[in-house]
Amino acid sequence: MSMTATAGRAHADPHHIGLVIEHPGPAPKRIVTAYGFWVFLLSDIVMFSCFFAAYAVLADQTAGGPKGSEIFEQRNVAIETVCLLLSSFTCGMASIAADVRNRFWFYLGMAVTCLLGLIFLVIEFREFADLVARGYGPSRSAFLTSFFSLVGCHGLHVSAGILWLLTMMAQVFAKGFRADVLRRMMCFALFWHALDIVWVGVFSVVYLLGSGV
Amino acid sequence: MSDQTHMPAGHDLAPGDEEQHSVGTRILGYVVGLVLALLLTATSFFIAGTDLVWQPSIPVALIVLAIAQMGVHLVFFLHITTGPDNTNNVLALAFGLLVVFLVVGGTVWIMAHLNANMPAMDQIMPMRR
Repeated sequence: MSMTATAGRAHADPHHIGLVIEHPGPAPKRIVTAYGFWVFLLSDIVMFSCFFAAYAVLADQTAGGPKGSEIFEQRNVAIETVCLLLSSFTCGMASIAADVRNRFWFYLGMAVTCLLGLIFLVIEFREFADLVARGYGPSRSAFLTSFFSLVGCHGLHVSAGILWLLTMMAQVFAKGFRADVLRRMMCFALFWHALDIVWVGVFSVVYLLGSGV
Repeated sequence: MSDQTHMPAGHDLAPGDEEQHSVGTRILGYVVGLVLALLLTATSFFIAGTDLVWQPSIPVALIVLAIAQMGVHLVFFLHITTGPDNTNNVLALAFGLLVVFLVVGGTVWIMAHLNANMPAMDQIMPMRR
């Protein structure tokens, strides 16, 4: 009898970290959901790493077309970077507001996040449209193919994130701060912050390293 | 699975969740993260365009700054810490990073040596005939 009790205790604290849970069972749904989404995000980052690898290999294969330093405008990239960074911050503010169930600050934080995300997308879209208009579309060279794939893939993620953001605002409006809505909000915040991390890689590797070469 | 929004004390933390803090402390965490990230970004853009530093060091500096900023984002925005309640999240992150380094590092390594390890094209072409 005492043996079983000891075994149960050892099972409750498998890593001997001093946290003993008397009745270990399935973790709360919030942890399971967020952990699953975290694993998805990491697989998304692995997918982005393939695009990064392709870009790193093909960056010099310009086929007589423009090099990175000839087409990148650092001022636009700086504005895009600041937009995404600030939107990550306001997204964090919105998640705090959701946790304390403050509707006003939640809507404000999400609205500012949406606005900054849209500014980012508009700048990126105009950059792409300008390149295509000058004849530097994705089919011009292997470098431009990998550039459009990598940056465009990130842009698609941001677009999807904005749709998700609007859905979250609508769900809070219609259903209030229910437990399931809060779980989705937490996953959205993780997604948005992860996009910002990917953008750090994009602006460093593509724009800053590329414009120096 | 229970449907509670706040976990009992001593449980694991969901990724993105913090330990119980007051609202002010949590906001301060984001402000610190934002300031650090802005500083690192500004440094990156400055370093990329300057001729004040030794030019061959610039790519390395940019990569180091990028990794530092990713770390800042992970700690202050995603709240991935070294605490025991974060072990699962850190392990998943470590595995993800392993795959990322294998993919990027392996690709760059192999493709950079491809020319040296392949016979030149004029040697391949006669073989085909």
